[in-house]
Formats: sequence, structure tokens, C-alpha cells
Amino acid sequence: MAHTHTPASPGAAGASGTGREERPDHGAEAGGDPLVIAGRSFTSRLITGTGGAPSLRILEDALAASGTELTTVALRRVSPGAEGTVWDVLRRNGIRALPNTAGCFTAGDALRTARLAREALETDWVKLEVVADDRTLLPDPVELLDAAERLVDEGFTVLPYTNDDPVLARRLEQVGCAAVMPLGAPIGSGLGIRNPHNIELIVEQAHVPVVIDAGIGTASEAALAMELGCDAVMLATAVTRAQDPVLMAAAMRDAVNAGRAARRAGRIPVRRYAQASSPAVD
Amino acid sequence: MDVIINGERRAVPPRTTVAEVVRSLTRQPAGVAVALNDEVVPKAGWTTTEVGEDDRVDVLTAVQGG
Repeated sequence: MAHTHTPASPGAAGASGTGREERPDHGAEAGGDPLVIAGRSFTSRLITGTGGAPSLRILEDALAASGTELTTVALRRVSPGAEGTVWDVLRRNGIRALPNTAGCFTAGDALRTARLAREALETDWVKLEVVADDRTLLPDPVELLDAAERLVDEGFTVLPYTNDDPVLARRLEQVGCAAVMPLGAPIGSGLGIRNPHNIELIVEQAHVPVVIDAGIGTASEAALAMELGCDAVMLATAVTRAQDPVLMAAAMRDAVNAGRAARRAGRIPVRRYAQASSPAVD
Repeated sequence: MDVIINGERRAVPPRTTVAEVVRSLTRQPAGVAVALNDEVVPKAGWTTTEVGEDDRVDVLTAVQGG
């Protein structure tokens, strides 16, 4: 018999009268499911970058549409006469700035940049990036771990951009990082999450928030990251270089919320064959 | 006296302070940090810290990134 009927099938809509009590609240909208990093709560689980936006105006609209409360900036030499800055945009919109150490290839570079960022932006939070080469921008694990340990010692709240390596993620947590941010794929590649199994391993063992960072190209990939159990998604290029950055920002906001809700709801097991969701014909 | 400001050699008067270097680059000192020979100079020290011959002064600010 092909159709095995199960009266209390989990797929049967309205089968359970206890659904209302058991249903989790709707997270972000209800404010009941905050993202907590280093004791600080965020309603939004989408962390955005600011690089690559066609203009500050579009960036500002995209940030608003994304609902983000935490956004990365880089630190560079002042260019004389520059009008309006990303710093102004963030302050105007009440978005917390998360300085990064992009462009650093050694622990020493990263420490110098982090100290300057702390002075410039009056925050001891830092998104630690120590990359190995320009072609892949992949994290250099040795320099990264060294930098993380030294920054933690100096009192920084360290959020490291790391490889999708569960062992390195664990080491970063052990030296005191406030979160771990494994990549889905190389920065700006839009290749999505290339090793979902490793991301799940990182999530399983982590006692700090796991933020997927880099590689996200479109909304379904952001949702997947959350379904895998990540606590948040960090992305920049997927929004800033989309044909319509503001619309993509809204899509990412919805995807992160949907993925989070799906994770909390608990998905059905995957089956090889059909399982009827309507009662069998008598 | 020559100093290297953001990678460019420039002549400045003797006893120029970090604060004066910053002012020569930007009118918006909020969100700016200064390194003198790779060491951070806290904002509170800008007006009292003088730059010396061949010093490297880097004046940085937040830009779009990440």
C-alpha cells in the first residue's frame, strides 16, 4: 500500500489543539528572541557591511530596509575635502558601528588597526579580519588566532572572521572571542554556503554566537544559514552590489527572520517517499 | 621641517601639533584617529603632542567597508 495514513501526522494542519501554546513567539517582531553578543542585545539578526554601495544615499536606504542594528565600517586615511561619511549615516540612524580590520595580513597590522578604530569610533568591539592573500581573502588561521588572543587581552570584544573550520572556531572561542564568524564562501563571491556540514559542526559546539560571514549571494542562502543554526548573518556585497540594493536588503531581512523561525520551529524529517497529509479515502 | 602625513611628505612649521595636522586634513575630527609612528595618540593628547622631523602621522577615519 503506497499511502500509509497516520492520523496525527505532523503535516496535518490544525491537527493539534495545543499548537497555540507551543508556538514560539515570532522572534524579532515580538522582541522575544534577541541576538545577544557580549551581553548586548540586538533585535535584528542581520549584520551588514557598508562596502560597495553605489552612494551613501542608497546605503542609508538599504540599511534602513535591512533593519540592521550593527554594521561594519573600515578604517582608512582621511581624504581631504570628503563630504559626508558613513559614520554620519550610522549615527543618524542609531546603528552601532563595528569597525573591521579589513586589509590586514598580520596580527600586528590587525592590532594597530583595532587600536585606531577603538580611538576613532569609541568602541572596543572589533570585527577581526586577518587574511592570507588578496586573491582569496581567506583568513590566515595562525595570524588570526594570535591577533584574537592579543586583542582579547587588551580588552577588545572580538568578533573574528574565520574559516569554516570547527577546530579553529573552537580555538577562537577558547581564547575569549565574543562570537565566531565562519565564512560561507570567499568574501564577495556570492557562492553561498559551500560546506553546510562544517557550519552545523561549528554551531553544535559553540557557546558563543555563530555568525555566518561572507559568501551569501541571495536570500535563500541567508535563510539556509539560519536554518543550519547560525545566530546571525553578516553580509555586505549581496546587498550593496545587487541591482536594487534596497529591495535586496528587505529580502535579506525577511530571509533571516524566516530562517530563524524555521530553525526554532523544528523542520520535519526528510523522507524518501511520500507521507499523505490528507486522510486516506475510506 | 618635513613630516610624512598619510604617506605624503609635507613641510610643516616647527612645533606643529597633532591637532593642527588633523585640522589641515578635515573639519570633522569626530570619528577620526591618529597614529604617530604607528602609536595611537589619544584625542586628549592631540593639542599637546608635537610632531618631529620625519615623523609619520596617519590620520584615519571610518569609511564604507566590510
